[in-house]
This record gives sequence, C-alpha cells and structure tokens, in this order.
Amino acid sequence: MPNMNMVEAVNSAIDTMLSKDEEVIMFGEDVGYFGGVFRTSDGLQERHGKHRVFDSPLSEGGIAATAFGMGINGLRPVVEIQFADYIFPAYDQIVNEMAKVRHRSGGEFWCPVTIRTPAGGGIRGGHHHSQSPESQFTHTPGLKVVYCSTPYNAKGLLISAIEDNDPVIFFEPKRCYRGPFYGDPHNVPTWSDHPEAEVPESHYKIPLGEARLAMEGDRCTVISWGAMVHVCEQAIKSSGVSCDLIDLQTLVPWDVEAVVKSVAKTGRCVIVHEAPKTSGFGAEMAASIQERCFWNLESPIERVTGWDTPFPHTTEWDYMPGPDRVIAAIVRTQED
Amino acid sequence: MSGGGGVDPLYVPDAPHRPGDEADFTEWPWSPGDLGRPEIDCDASETLDLAEGLVRVLGDDNKTSGDWDPKLSPEVLIQGLEHMMRLRIFDDRMMKMQRTGKLSFYMRSFGEEAVAIAQTMALEDRDWLFPTYRQPGAQFVRNRDMVSMICHCIGNEMDNVKGRQMPVHYTYKEGRFISVSSPVGTQFSQAVGVALASNYKGLDEVTITWIGDGASAEGDYHYALNFASIFQAPVILNVVNNQWAISTHKNFASKNGNFAVRGIPYGIPSIRVDGNDFLALYSVTSWARDRASKGFGPTHIEVLTYRAGAHSSSDDPSRYRPSDVHNYWPGGDPISRLSEHLKQIGKWSDKQHQELSERIDSEVMAAYKEAVKFGDLANGPYPSSDAIFTEVYEEPPWHLMEQWDEMKKWRES
Repeated sequence: MPNMNMVEAVNSAIDTMLSKDEEVIMFGEDVGYFGGVFRTSDGLQERHGKHRVFDSPLSEGGIAATAFGMGINGLRPVVEIQFADYIFPAYDQIVNEMAKVRHRSGGEFWCPVTIRTPAGGGIRGGHHHSQSPESQFTHTPGLKVVYCSTPYNAKGLLISAIEDNDPVIFFEPKRCYRGPFYGDPHNVPTWSDHPEAEVPESHYKIPLGEARLAMEGDRCTVISWGAMVHVCEQAIKSSGVSCDLIDLQTLVPWDVEAVVKSVAKTGRCVIVHEAPKTSGFGAEMAASIQERCFWNLESPIERVTGWDTPFPHTTEWDYMPGPDRVIAAIVRTQED
Repeated sequence: MSGGGGVDPLYVPDAPHRPGDEADFTEWPWSPGDLGRPEIDCDASETLDLAEGLVRVLGDDNKTSGDWDPKLSPEVLIQGLEHMMRLRIFDDRMMKMQRTGKLSFYMRSFGEEAVAIAQTMALEDRDWLFPTYRQPGAQFVRNRDMVSMICHCIGNEMDNVKGRQMPVHYTYKEGRFISVSSPVGTQFSQAVGVALASNYKGLDEVTITWIGDGASAEGDYHYALNFASIFQAPVILNVVNNQWAISTHKNFASKNGNFAVRGIPYGIPSIRVDGNDFLALYSVTSWARDRASKGFGPTHIEVLTYRAGAHSSSDDPSRYRPSDVHNYWPGGDPISRLSEHLKQIGKWSDKQHQELSERIDSEVMAAYKEAVKFGDLANGPYPSSDAIFTEVYEEPPWHLMEQWDEMKKWRES
C-alpha cells in the first residue's frame, strides 16, 4: 500500500471519484491548471480534462451557487474554498440554499455538493488563514460536517462525502497536509512512517458519522478532530493516563454511540478543539454527553480550545492548544 | 451522461500563454492623444471611448502628449520616480529577508509600483486610501516611516498591529491608509461607506480604493458600483487589472477582457488607463478627484498593468506562465518609463539614477538594521501575546479576562 501525505490522499480521493463517476466535477480558485495552492488537485486537470477540473472566477459565493445549481441538476460537484477563512461570501448559499433545498422542495431537489476547505492554524497565517469555523456549519441543519485528521481518513471520508447525497463541508487541517502536528512548532515530522499514511490507491470509504478510536484506554475519554487529534495523542502519551482518544471525524452527524460507550467506560471526558470556546462544537458535545452519561461521570467534562479571540500571527503558539493544556485537563479529570 | 444536441461540454477559458510558450500579448493600438479629457460633470455614456480605449500620456518616444498630459513639474516627477524606486528596492530587501525566515510571508508590488504611488500623489493628504495588499507604496507618499513598516512585516514588538496580521497587511491611520484585509474585495464596497461618511459630514474628502481583476468577481465589487452610483459617493473605484489572480488569468474574470466598461451601465463615468504610465495615472486620478470633490460622484477606473512577479512569497508563477513573460508586457516597466521620460526632457541621467538607487538602498538597509533591533519573526522578541486579548472588544468581557489569565499561566509555565 503506498504511503501518502494528506495532500496526496485528498488528490487520490478526488482522482478516484473522477474516474469512477462522470457526474463528479471539481472547480475552485487555482485548482485547475495550477493544481491548487496546496497542490491537492495537482495533475487532475491533465488527467480528467479541463471541463471536469477547472479554475473558477475568484468568487466564493459564485462557486457555492454554481455548485448548488449543478448539484440540483444531477452533477456531484466537489468545490474548493481556498482557505476556510474565505468561505463566508459563500455562507448564504451554503446555509440558506444548499442546506435547505431538500427540505424546502419537499424532497424534490437535493444538492450532493462537497465543499472542501483547508482550515486551522499553525502555519503563521494570522486571523485570515488560520480559522477553524466548523461550528458555524454544525449549527446549520441540512449540512454534514467532516474534519479529517490523517491521510487515510482524508481519502476515505472524502469519498464518502462525494458519494453522499447531502451537502458536506469537508475541513482539511492544513497544518497536517505534509505531516502530523504534535503541538511543537519546531518538530516538523512527515507522514512517511506513520501508520495512517498507508493509503490504498483504490476506492474505499470511511462512513460519515463514524468516529475513529485512535488510542484505547480506560481512565479518560479524549475527544478531538483535525490537527488537535495529534496534539491529544502526544498529550495522552506524556500524561501517563490511560485514555481513549476519539477522533470524531464527522461532526454532523457525530458518533454518539462511540462517545457514550467510551464515557460510560471511563467516566471522564476532555474535549479538545482549535476553534474558539464559545459556541464551539465542544459545547454541543459536552451538553450531549451530560444528557446521556450524567450518572457515569466521575468529574466535570473539560474543554481545551482556542481562545475567544481572533487567531494571532506572530504569537500563534500562545493561541493554539498545546499538549500541556491537554495534559492538565486530563489530570484534572482524574482528581476525586 | 450523453450530451444533447451536439453541444460542446462545458466551455472553460484558458490563459493565453503557459510555461514553455512564447509570451502572447497583442500590440497596443492605443497612443497618447487618442482620447479627449471630458468635462468633470460628464455623463457615464460620454466616457465609453475612454473605457474602451486606453488613456496614455507617455508615448513610445518617451515624450508626453495629448489632453491628458498633467503637465507636472520635473520635481514632482522625480519625487514619483523616487517613491517607485524606493518601493522596488524595499520589496527586494524584504523578499530576501523572507527567505531567511525574518518574515513569514511577503508580497511585492513589482511592475505595479506606479499604481498606488501616482494615484496617491494625485490626491490631497486628507483623502482616504482603502488599499489591497498591492498598494503599500501609498504609504511612502504619505511619509510613513520605513522602520515602522519593516517592524510590521517582521512581526516584532514595535509592530503597530501587534503581531496580529500577516506581513504587508499594513495599517497607517495617520496617513489615512486603512487597514488591509486578506479577504479580497471587501474594501471596495466599504470604501463607498467611507466616502459617504465624508459626504455626510460635509467634508471635502475623497476616498480611493483598489481591487484586483480577479477579485472583481466577488460580490463586493458589484455592491460598490451600485451603492456608489445610487448615492453619488465621492469615491474613486479602481480595478487594478494586473492579469493574474495567483494562477488564474483575467480570462476567468472577464469574458471580453475589459473591466472599465462595466461601470457605464451602473451610471459611473469609466476610464481605462495605462497603469505603468505614471503621468496618465496621475492625470486620470486628478480628474476623478476633481469630479468627486465637486459633487459629481464616483469614477470607475481600470488600471491596466502586469503583475511582473509572483503573487506572494508562497507562489511559484513558473508553474503556470512563461517565466520571463513580464518582459514582453506592452506597457513596459513603470520605473524605466518615467526615468526615460525624465532623461528625454533633460532632467535626469543614468548617473543620477544610479546615485538615487544607491542612496535608497542605504536608506532601506539602515531602516532594516534599525527595525531588527526590536526583534524579528525568526528570533523574537514578539509583541506580547497579551495582544491576543486586547482590542477584540473595546473592553474585554469577563470570559476573555478569564481566558487571558489562563493564557498567562501557560505562557509563564
């Protein structure tokens, strides 16, 4: 099985789907001839033709609206918003249109669009190239929201997203495109010897709505998604506390069964995300977990998140949650 | 899926030239003197020839001619030349420093130096500038201290935006240079609001703003034209058509290649101008300012130029266009053209050019050495991370205070 980094895995997923299904097309800013500013569509135009992989005008609202139109008329567009921070001109089209068309048309129209977008910090991108706006979409009924974390789940989840008949917002943690991120900016590993970088070249799916148990333990349940999954892995190893690490993968609909099972076992829970705390998806999870697992809980549910501020440029390492904060939260859950 | 009726599947345009191709530019049919200078109270429809043609002042013989010649003194021209040379030398130095990690990122104005500089020089100091990341040169016209600009770019503790923005996203309120935002196009419609506020307050202030050819596909561009026209805002709306939005050619932003004419159906007098011709830019901008100031409303200008360099330090244009293509741009180079004109009129020499270049180079090096005393991105010191929490709101609410305390605890651990 070939070793792929996350860029190659995303590329392979789109390539696989372009080959498999002629209703699949891809477009977005700089994705055609150039192959994308992060190279995720490198070579795809050459392989599949200009009419299937193409550059669009620089207009996120236009991209989303056009994808909507194509989607309700039988195509299965995969579009790229170059940075998640730039998705907001498309917000109306996504929230009011894509998310609601199946419902508003009594089921007569639906919109099988996948919107891929690199998200998250750690690349010195400042507040307009670092945000992680997943909860702005999890709050919208009608959208599915996915956040991959490794090459293997990037490909399997992306294929599921493309084949799904509902609109899917697909976040890719850009800091992890070329290697996992363990919370130390000076440690820049590649994916080359990581087990989750063994990616089949062929078609495979990771079902939407299923979490991945990245580590197994019995003293605490750590739940995360995106780049923070690797930070949590590092933190758990350093903490010496035996933890389940749940990589949520799909935020809507999230894997309630896996989470409840784990929290029932451990009685303790830490939720970690990069996005700001207030109204972050961690809040939704904490509320749901206490609804379902209150009598199992041995300690308060902890949240480790980005601050409720814009994402800084020069001081981003004082913003992004690091292993130390996660360790402290895990340790707090162990107190009687 | 079978196509019906023999229709070709989905038309997608292309760029005129790609790596390995010869540069493909059609020769300009426009000359100085082609186009008249209308009265400032003209109707949009009277500017159709100006929008379809190209206002030029500097001819291929390096002489000025035509109704649009602003008849500037040699002193003003030399000042403009100096600003443009300063910007180019500054950019080159910053790009070198970016390669050593002193900056996270950089964007040059290479080939487009005349745009912000000539246009800002044509305005009054009280006029508002609402730029993109490709108009930093306006700050030189407004006398911004170069050390302060570098401190921002290298993200040190003297950065006036406190380590919050990426390099080149300047803010300089003293010079009425409004904070640059990364999402492209947003400033264009905001500038109409700035202009209307001046108007509301009864002040003789004009606002100028810029947008790229690529970003003119964003809704903000169209909001701006409509609002400016409806409310007769004292605003100068420039589309800087530098042909490329990262790798995306302007053929993906305009089917017929002309941006200027779009203003006319909105009822806005519209002009296309040679963006590498300092004098033409100055002249067209003065005319637009005069209109705005006297209550005749907005002007829409297409500034025709060429992005000679990469989009940014993260970009590699040799992947999507011939690497030497900018050398074939029919509009030439803005600095060479102005210096050749000054030589033509006997006010400049190679020796003076060389001396000025050396003087600016020393000035930039001295400013750089001064700036790095306050730190740089590779080595710090940085602005305090307390700046993460300040100015999110006018006063930090309780939840930010709590998180701020927590951040300090981790910072100190």
